[in-house]
Amino acid sequence: MSALLEAIGIGKRFGGVEALKDVSLSIAQGEIYGLIGPNGAGKTTFFNVLTGLYAADSGHFSFAGKPLDVSAPHLVAAAGIARTFQNIRLFANMSALENVMVGRHLRTRAGVIGAVLRNEATRREEAAIERRALELLHYVGIGSRGNDLARHLSYGDQRRLEIARALATEPRLLALDEPAAGMNGTETGALRQLIGGLRDDGLTVLLIEHDVKLVMGLCDRVAVLDYGEKIIEDVPARVRRDPKVIEAYLGGAIA
Amino acid sequence: MDTFVQQIINGLTLGSIYALVALGYTMVYGILGLINFAHGEVVMIGALTALAVIKPLAGAGLPWPLAVLAGVAAAIAACMALGFVIERVAYRPLRNAPRLAPLITAIGVSMVLQQLAMIIWGRNYHSFPQLLPATPRAIGGAQITDLQIMIVAVAILMMAGLALLVNRTRLGRAMRATAENPQIAGLMGVDANHIVSLTFVIGSALAAVAGVMVSANYGIAHYNMGFILGLKAFTAAVLGGIGNLTGAMLGGILLGLIEALGAGYIGDLTGGFLGSDYQDVFAFFVLIVVLIFRPSGLMGEKVSERA
Repeated sequence: MSALLEAIGIGKRFGGVEALKDVSLSIAQGEIYGLIGPNGAGKTTFFNVLTGLYAADSGHFSFAGKPLDVSAPHLVAAAGIARTFQNIRLFANMSALENVMVGRHLRTRAGVIGAVLRNEATRREEAAIERRALELLHYVGIGSRGNDLARHLSYGDQRRLEIARALATEPRLLALDEPAAGMNGTETGALRQLIGGLRDDGLTVLLIEHDVKLVMGLCDRVAVLDYGEKIIEDVPARVRRDPKVIEAYLGGAIA
Repeated sequence: MDTFVQQIINGLTLGSIYALVALGYTMVYGILGLINFAHGEVVMIGALTALAVIKPLAGAGLPWPLAVLAGVAAAIAACMALGFVIERVAYRPLRNAPRLAPLITAIGVSMVLQQLAMIIWGRNYHSFPQLLPATPRAIGGAQITDLQIMIVAVAILMMAGLALLVNRTRLGRAMRATAENPQIAGLMGVDANHIVSLTFVIGSALAAVAGVMVSANYGIAHYNMGFILGLKAFTAAVLGGIGNLTGAMLGGILLGLIEALGAGYIGDLTGGFLGSDYQDVFAFFVLIVVLIFRPSGLMGEKVSERA
């Protein structure tokens, strides 16, 4: 399997804190790659650097064999990376359907002239956007909620909506930041199916998750971050037994 | 009763103009959280540009309607370019600066534009030609001119067009998404800089039309005309709930009505002590009352969510 995303020597400081220290990892095409670690280990910072929300202090990415420009979010999106957020960030005052339709922005064209003229091509594109957005709502299982404002959806449905919106950008890599946070057992089970289905449909998934069972059951490979450093990258079975990982999660021996 | 109907007509005319200008304030605020105090000056540049084009063209024998259309088109083009440049030069470099910096810059831009206009067009009041025949039509004991009908109709058309753009098109969705969260919109492939430019350009086009309207309505144009008008339109935007498009339209119309009715009746109410030249007082009285009792405006509720 060839690498879809490669991170090489990524570093990020916040004042005196080194949130990411020389982090390198390589995600293969078509796998589900888990990124775990204790709170504050730098997982979300890694996502933010990757998706252009923070500027890295050092290191670079390559995506699908080409250097990845992470200087602005829309460039990352255009390259084929989409993400969701640990603390859900929907367009709260837009409808669920519109949230997904915004996600289609990247793959559609109509500009000022189309908006003014409302010509045939523009109207056809608009209809296609709406149709695709509706498909995606159905795909994640909230097809009947399209006209509800995003902020009126239940917590679990908001998470699904965020995934649908991310999928609307037609990513090759989907980065999910703690998608199961706050979900009950049933919701987590449905989420597991959804993520597994995404991989079966050819998507590569980068998953940050605290739910160890979910990660171990779903991921092909797992990397563990601790204090901003990658301490291991391996298949789940070996990661689970690694002494460094156990120490990171449970703390060192009492001195 | 005649006074009442007449002032309603005058108020709707004035309010339509305020609404168009208020939309420019509220759109920029919605996207950037910035009060663009130079917006009133864009209105002024629109009026003076139209004048500078209409007069010579009409003088050269071009049919009157064509000269007017050319003047309006030139005003729109000039203001769109101006709005684009203002954002690029004055505001974009300060995008991540503390909020006070762009606010002060906005006042600076406003002064620069006023002085520039004074250098180009001088300090004099220019008489603005009558765009439409001034013969009034009688309506319910009051009078309405073709120009007033035209002003209200064009304003309604432009506002409907804007509403359609914002609510029904790909670009409008991108604008609303950017207003809610520019970074997340970016992750959907929306280039925030592009949307910000677009917002300034659209707002400036509305301002250009408003500039022609206000000058045609009062029959004058001068380098300082944008200042008070800008403040009033800003008041209208605050009244409606700044950041809210429907609010700006409503606030504009309401403010126009309040002003016109106030001016019409202030003499009676104060026993002749205050005259209709106190008209301007009403707008700022409204601003103070709104800021004290309902700072989020009539339709604004989202202020706290932005924090």
